[in-house]
Amino acid sequence: MSHASTATPRVVLETRDVTKTYFLEGIEVNALRGISLTVREGEMVSLMGPSGSGKSTLMHIVGLLDTPTKGQVILEGEDASTMSPNQLAELRNRYIGFVFQSFNLLPRTSAQANVELPLIYSGVSAGERTRRAKNALERVGLSDRLGHFSSQLSGGQQQRVAVARALVSNPSIVLADEPTGNLDSRSGIEVMAMLQELNAQGITVVVVTHDDRIARHSQRVVRILDGRIQSEEIVRDRIPAAAELRDLPAEEVAG
Amino acid sequence: MNFLESIRIAFRALAANKARSLLTMLGVIIGVAAVILLVGIGTGVQNEVTGSIEGLGSNLLFVLPGQYDAAGGGQPAPPSRRFTIDDAQYIERRVSGLDAVVPVIQGGATIKSGNRSMRVIVAAATEKGSDVFSANLIDGRHYRRSEVQAASRVVALGASVVKQLFPGQDPIGKSVTIQGQRFTVIGHYEAQGGGLGGDQDAQVYMPVTTAQRVLGVDDIGTIIVKVSDPEGIDRAKADILRVMRPRFGDEITVFSQEQTLGILSDLLGTLTYMLAGIAGISLLVGGIGIMNIMLVSVQERTREIGIRKAVGARTYDILSQFVIEAVALSVMGGVLGIAIGWGGAEALSASTPVPSEVTLWAVAMAFFFAFGVGVFFGVYPAYKASKLDPIVALRYE
Repeated sequence: MSHASTATPRVVLETRDVTKTYFLEGIEVNALRGISLTVREGEMVSLMGPSGSGKSTLMHIVGLLDTPTKGQVILEGEDASTMSPNQLAELRNRYIGFVFQSFNLLPRTSAQANVELPLIYSGVSAGERTRRAKNALERVGLSDRLGHFSSQLSGGQQQRVAVARALVSNPSIVLADEPTGNLDSRSGIEVMAMLQELNAQGITVVVVTHDDRIARHSQRVVRILDGRIQSEEIVRDRIPAAAELRDLPAEEVAG
Repeated sequence: MNFLESIRIAFRALAANKARSLLTMLGVIIGVAAVILLVGIGTGVQNEVTGSIEGLGSNLLFVLPGQYDAAGGGQPAPPSRRFTIDDAQYIERRVSGLDAVVPVIQGGATIKSGNRSMRVIVAAATEKGSDVFSANLIDGRHYRRSEVQAASRVVALGASVVKQLFPGQDPIGKSVTIQGQRFTVIGHYEAQGGGLGGDQDAQVYMPVTTAQRVLGVDDIGTIIVKVSDPEGIDRAKADILRVMRPRFGDEITVFSQEQTLGILSDLLGTLTYMLAGIAGISLLVGGIGIMNIMLVSVQERTREIGIRKAVGARTYDILSQFVIEAVALSVMGGVLGIAIGWGGAEALSASTPVPSEVTLWAVAMAFFFAFGVGVFFGVYPAYKASKLDPIVALRYE
């Protein structure tokens, strides 16, 4: 799958020589040692690395949940590296949609209310929220589950609600942190198919994973090791999740 | 995020834990109900007492032997000389603008009729006594001037005395024994209910001269003066002091009704504040209960806070969410407490002789205090929640 477009898409996210140092019980940990990374509009990029490689720290910085010790993080042209927690919250709200490994939906709250959550904090009116939440849940194929609580949904369905929540505010980037980690293989493939489909519709997706197979669903893989970028490659044999689903054995489809 | 949205979120969270919310509110409910009820009783007693004093009339002066300080407090020095009937007559002769100058004796005695008897208070005065005592005759008459001069053994009875000695009978013309001496009943009074200084209905009224013989005293207790014009009360007071100085020196005190009222009112007001303070402490304990539960709630919902922050909640959003939750608890508790306290006060005054009066002032105070408790004890847990690091909060299990 090669998109041979001549015009280079604009840069959505850029990190410039980002370092992160923190102290764990008095011991200095250099989690990131100079990461420079560029994500362009419409890309699907995987950040891959084993545990302890620093990819989670990178995910937090890229997701504006944390700020770097040194270096710059530029999201949609805004330098977020020295922003206050409240400014970061506003940028997250506007530009980033999160999909977490453990879903992170609010308990005892309906799917629709969960999806509406980011819109509450951006001050969207109740009527508009409902309309957009329903629309987002429709995009992930859950329009018949609007009123269900998270506890009444399967893992795969919960993750789809999370994807809808990530989409609802039309973010610049959907940031998925081990999105298949807590799912059975079929649900995992379904979620990857959904992310690929959204990407095909033009949404920028960044997947953080330790799994080479999940990483190969992206167009580009950035390998992280010991806080540095070890290698960057364009995926030659990108896995199409939709085709993968079709190839699954029939009994598993029934299950 | 707007304010209305914060309130909706808070109420949804409270509804998710109904039993816990109710138990948390219970502290505030009890506190507020106690404030309303106790302040209600305090106010009720205050009003009843001041009302019963005002019933006597606002133009009375009480002349007492001995020195009392201006506030009426302190230990009075024993008077070197007590008043006699002559002192009262002296005031009457020398001070103008007075309707009545009444020498009064009060003392305990036992009254008997047949095999029935009771302890009563003898309230003795001259024929003008009816001007200064608040009781109203139902039947019969007061004693006359001639009966005072002759120290006749005539008596008018208070309502409970009639009830005790002559149940269901007309007491007039009957004969009773007081301290072993025979008296003729000439009148009786309507019931007034309990009041200051004991049951006024358990009094018997007789001429002051008669009382001196029956009780075996030569002096009198107090001189009560009724001033013609309530405006002239200060002048009358000064005149009485001036006239009596040569006889008593500084050993004389004149109280006006207003002074007595002011002193009592201050005293009862202090009592009411004290009751409110005690009840306020329970409200404070209720507030600590709220803080305790809010801290637990913040801990439990660490992950929720992390999620909210990740999708864009600012510090202020989280802070207001939890403060509103605490305030909602305390305000709902406050409203329920007001309802219960008010109902309790009404029930109390309806079913017991204890007077209680719920004032708007007490209700407003209790409500705003409850509100304040919610804000005060909600801020710390909410602050803790708002300061959580989203990364740590999202990882929290």
